[in-house]
Amino acid sequence: MDFATLLQVLDSTVRLATPLLLACLAGLFSERSGIFDIGLEGKMLAAAFASAAVAAMTGSVWVGLLAGIVASLFMSGIHGLASITFRGNQLISGVAINFLASGLTVLIAQDWFGQGGRTPSLMGGGRFEPITLPFAEALRGVPVLGPVYAELISGHSILVYVAFLMVPLSWFILYRTRFGLRLRAVGEAPEAVDTAGVSVIGLRFAAVAICGLLCGLAGAYLATGLQAGFVREMTAGRGYIALAALIFAKWRPWYALSACLLFGLLQAVALRYQNIDLGGITIPVQVMDALPYILTVVILAGFVGKAIPPRAGGEPYVKER
Amino acid sequence: MTDTAAPAIELKGISKAFGPVQANKDISIRVMPGTIHGIIGENGAGKSTLMSILYGFYKADAGEVWIHGKKTEIPDSQAAIAAGIGMVFQHFKLVQNFTVLENVILGAEDGPMLRPSLARARGVLKRLSEEYELSVDPDQLIENLSVGHQQRVEILKALYRQADILILDEPTGVLTPAEADHLFRILDNLRAEGKTIILITHKLREIMEITDTVSVMRRGEMTATVKTAETSPEQLAELMVGRKVLLRVDKAPAQPGASVLEIENLRHVDHHGVERLKGISLEVKAGEIVGIAGVAGNGQSELLEVLGGYADGTGTIRVNGAEIDLTGKHSDGQSRRARGIAHVPEDRQTEGLIMAYAAWENTVFGYHRDPHYQSGPLMNNALIKAEAQDKMTRYDVRPPNPNLAARNFSGGNQQKIVLAREIERDPDILLIGQPTRGVDIGAIEFIHQEIVRLRDKGKAILLVSVELDEILSLSDRIAVMFDGQIMGERLPAETDQTELGLLMAGVTERPDKPLIEAVDAQLDAKEAREAEQHG
Repeated sequence: MDFATLLQVLDSTVRLATPLLLACLAGLFSERSGIFDIGLEGKMLAAAFASAAVAAMTGSVWVGLLAGIVASLFMSGIHGLASITFRGNQLISGVAINFLASGLTVLIAQDWFGQGGRTPSLMGGGRFEPITLPFAEALRGVPVLGPVYAELISGHSILVYVAFLMVPLSWFILYRTRFGLRLRAVGEAPEAVDTAGVSVIGLRFAAVAICGLLCGLAGAYLATGLQAGFVREMTAGRGYIALAALIFAKWRPWYALSACLLFGLLQAVALRYQNIDLGGITIPVQVMDALPYILTVVILAGFVGKAIPPRAGGEPYVKER
Repeated sequence: MTDTAAPAIELKGISKAFGPVQANKDISIRVMPGTIHGIIGENGAGKSTLMSILYGFYKADAGEVWIHGKKTEIPDSQAAIAAGIGMVFQHFKLVQNFTVLENVILGAEDGPMLRPSLARARGVLKRLSEEYELSVDPDQLIENLSVGHQQRVEILKALYRQADILILDEPTGVLTPAEADHLFRILDNLRAEGKTIILITHKLREIMEITDTVSVMRRGEMTATVKTAETSPEQLAELMVGRKVLLRVDKAPAQPGASVLEIENLRHVDHHGVERLKGISLEVKAGEIVGIAGVAGNGQSELLEVLGGYADGTGTIRVNGAEIDLTGKHSDGQSRRARGIAHVPEDRQTEGLIMAYAAWENTVFGYHRDPHYQSGPLMNNALIKAEAQDKMTRYDVRPPNPNLAARNFSGGNQQKIVLAREIERDPDILLIGQPTRGVDIGAIEFIHQEIVRLRDKGKAILLVSVELDEILSLSDRIAVMFDGQIMGERLPAETDQTELGLLMAGVTERPDKPLIEAVDAQLDAKEAREAEQHG
């Protein structure tokens, strides 16, 4: 593999890791507050559709992005209402959201656009265009660092940079602010938060809302950044891979970055090397496509070690005497 | 303290009902500032409900709360904190993987950023620690602290929020005697500084030892408020239960016979790989009660589990001279029961009973394969029910209704169901863990009498309890466990709370240094070891 190929694979790793990272951080906020969210997938899907549809109709990707976030927040609201207010089972609520998003997006897309459940291809202002960072061209001549800067670091859409900036920001919020302290506490021991006179319900809704916001960004990026429009089931299990990455990362922001980059790399490799010829035996393309998912299972089963989820996770909070 | 000063807390006519259950009926109470006021009553008497109302957890149906002479509304915990009320719950409300400092500032941060809050809290904590003997490492994680230290964190939390009224709910239930003494010294210091303390407990000794005034609750009502100096444990017990209660266990000297249960070098490693039993050797004779004293978590539970057949162990256990299988498929609760070992487990709700099942079904678990209860391939339910009815009447289970699910009985009555099941099978050996945990005084009396009656029939009884009073009054011989080992055996007549308390903390000789330092040093060493083992 030459240097240029390596750069291309890494470049595509960054793109593919972006939606995973946003969704993973979304799950991190939610689960750290004690609300397990298996509905990341559904929220991303809803956001992908809403952003693509609105961007197609208005021609503005920013309005599309806003619509994606609103759609995702709406789904979050359902999850919050079911699992926080009505103390329902968080897994069931999450699964319901996934089904809802999966069916509703295609149904509405067909009704609005009549293109077999897709949205029209987005062009021009309907997509997030790559941003060329300053001096990218000027520095291209510098050996090694030049191409790395020009190819790998520069030339992504704004949401990629947002996603990577979210990592230190999440870390800061969680570990350096009052809100973060309370958020982590409410996922570990809601009764401690409650007796300290802080609203458990308020904190959890805030966390679920942040989760919705980040899933909205992830979904919008899928439909308007990574690709040009919505197709059915376009999230393709990314919500679940993000959950796997979250466990792999032991619910920590910086680890989440590494985990998502790893899963992104697996996807990038699979995309790049569709048919590998091993002296007579050709590994079929399906195996390569399945590779990230297979490795997800292998990594989770074998290499995570002891991952302790937030102690109060999955349990609705009921005041006790 | 003068009678003319406004009470720190005055409750007027507080009532609270949960559905048809009247938890608090028209309760009025005055707590004077700078005093320790005890509230005593049986389980379910309404003590905790009353305090929860005071701390804003529940809203009273009727009544008023006055704090320092001002009528105060307490709709939530925030309001209670603002009114200067701090609460130390029976089950600590701490975040296990946070540091002491983080737990202290949680909910009482100075601003949106943590750093300044943490820095200020560190200073305040240092001052409070020195002032009230509340020393605790501010950077240690809660999960690495002993329960005694965790409780100090709870008190610090309240003081950090500038509470001048402190409510403690059953604070000594989880403490060693030495830790309890330390707690009482802390409370003394707090009182000397003018803080007002409400101490909720069911232990008469504590009330007599530390309170100035005591209020007694029974069935949701406040039956009396008296000055501690002018009352006696007997009078308080009578006020609590509503009849005369025998506080001492009435028993003749033991007549030990042949050795029935012999344990040699018993070891057990839990699923974290931590060795919980480190070579236990013990003998229980016929007609003898051997009590195992110790702070919860020092291997007593594991000892019962291995003996009862639901944890694996290595070593030797002999019953009437014949060795029993410690591992493999012949080691389970049923095979142990077949060998004459009956077991009243420590936690009746998870190990002793199936809460959702009816009482009559619960009266045969572990013996349900006995041909006696079979009728062809089916269970002889009519017989089981009839026997259950009989047992429940004789063991005074209230209500004596075998069709009621186990969860509908009170703690004491649940315990009687388990006792009836195990004792009625006429075992050679009775293992009994925490026989009176969460049980009312009246029922405690009955359970103790049953245990002694069984001993007098020539049975061997191994009693595990964290209640030192219970161990001292019931046992014919006492073994003290600490950190998976037996620290020593004593005869109840030749020992006292202090000596046992030291053994429970792993101190085998009376130390030269002040007692509390020796105990603290031992406990710290144990904590360090455990932290190491958990990696």
